[in-house]
Amino acid sequence: MDTRVHSPAAALGDSGIPITLQLNGFSHTARVEPWVTLLDLLREEAHLTGTKKGCDHGQCGACTVLLDGKRVNSCLQLAVSVDGSAVQTIEGLAESGEGGGLDPLQQAFMDHDAFQCGYCTPGQICSARGLIAEGKARTREEVRELMSGNLCRCGAYTNITDAVMSVLQREGLAK
Amino acid sequence: MNRFEYARAADAGEAVRLASGSAMRFLAGGTNLVDLLKENVERPTKVIDIRRLPLAGITATDDGGLRLGALATNADTAWHPEVEARYPLLSSAILAGASPQLRNAATNGGNLNQRTRCYYFYDTAAACNKREPGSGCSAIGGVTRIHAILGSSEACIATHPSDMCVALAALEATVRVQGPSGERSIAFADYHRLPGDDPSRDNQLADGELVTAIDLPAEGYATHYTYLKLRDRLSYAFALVSVAVGLRLDEAGRIVTGRVALGGVAHKPWREPRAEALLEGQAPSQALFLQVADSLLLGAVGRGGNDFKIELARKAIVRALRQAAAGTPQSQTDKRVA
Repeated sequence: MDTRVHSPAAALGDSGIPITLQLNGFSHTARVEPWVTLLDLLREEAHLTGTKKGCDHGQCGACTVLLDGKRVNSCLQLAVSVDGSAVQTIEGLAESGEGGGLDPLQQAFMDHDAFQCGYCTPGQICSARGLIAEGKARTREEVRELMSGNLCRCGAYTNITDAVMSVLQREGLAK
Repeated sequence: MNRFEYARAADAGEAVRLASGSAMRFLAGGTNLVDLLKENVERPTKVIDIRRLPLAGITATDDGGLRLGALATNADTAWHPEVEARYPLLSSAILAGASPQLRNAATNGGNLNQRTRCYYFYDTAAACNKREPGSGCSAIGGVTRIHAILGSSEACIATHPSDMCVALAALEATVRVQGPSGERSIAFADYHRLPGDDPSRDNQLADGELVTAIDLPAEGYATHYTYLKLRDRLSYAFALVSVAVGLRLDEAGRIVTGRVALGGVAHKPWREPRAEALLEGQAPSQALFLQVADSLLLGAVGRGGNDFKIELARKAIVRALRQAAAGTPQSQTDKRVA
């Protein structure tokens, strides 16, 4: 299905609290119970399943999205409390590159084989996008430290660092 | 997660009004509360969302200090130019904690009020006087690697998990709160409680009281400071032991005043004014720093699995004092210690 088509409220009926998100550039309205997390809303209601549920406790980073431009763990955000915010997921990044293509980070992860099973990859890429926007990492050591909220059980860290460094270098941000 | 009512407050007055008369929790960044809701450790009937309150500013105070809004995120605080320039100890401590994603969401008020990460507190099948008063303490006699060596009681040996608070203790910050009976200020040293016989209360907040800001005094120890954090892995782990040090040196290199706070060792950031007094008027030396460490650790007791922390803390205190005196603070990127 086309995940960009958001049918307002239909999926959850009339109960719950109405909220509106700017979701990958599209306005998305829904009714949610207070205990629904942003992660569950993204996956179960908006059918944006690129954002992964790993530990569901903020410890692994697989659910990382950009909330109003900043990387956060979507499993620890209640959907009602982020009403009115802009959310960017891996699906949104996939169309943000030049000419609507892949984000340069996505291409770099492919070029550097920065994944094995790939389950952590959407969170890693969203986190790396946030890291670049923050502008605090210029060296390998700084990239490693500031990517430490994303765990990869395969241990693909070296290639992930290579991929992030290559984009920093291309954008003239590496030291 | 239990079901709960949700209410959104527009200002501090409304938040305090909404808070009256029910088992409620304030929701800000959510990074600790939502986790505790999922674990059924916190079971409020009402959650009051305060994230839209106008308390995210970082502004100068009349006495030359800095006011950190309760809703400023940990990341915005750590990277704020005034904090970086004047209170680098605080920046360093914040950046030693959690992960970038968590620091982007977590707020300053929430950092103060986060709850212990004691495994038995999180495990609702275990006895825990903090979670369920009177039920006992499964940590005592259990796995105690992360537990307290100072200020604990037979009711509770949990530690406060914050890094930020250890720096705030050394900086002698003030916590500003608003509640049903108005506003008041609490000295940071008095804010968190020792467990005593009621570990269910982590701090001195009364029912319905809300943290609105943290005030930093003018003295920020910007030249001679360090935040040294020792943990089981180099990133994204709670401290086994951490040390925040701020020193003021005179032109001859003697210590005018010194502040030392420990993290990971007690129910609250641990300070000992008598240990700090030893520093006054003295030239930095290994012998002096050992004396300060011994004084800080007076009365420290292990519970088996955490016995190692006493010697670890002693060495960390000496190293941190040396780093601060030399003006070579611990890097939070290059963290290996030989």
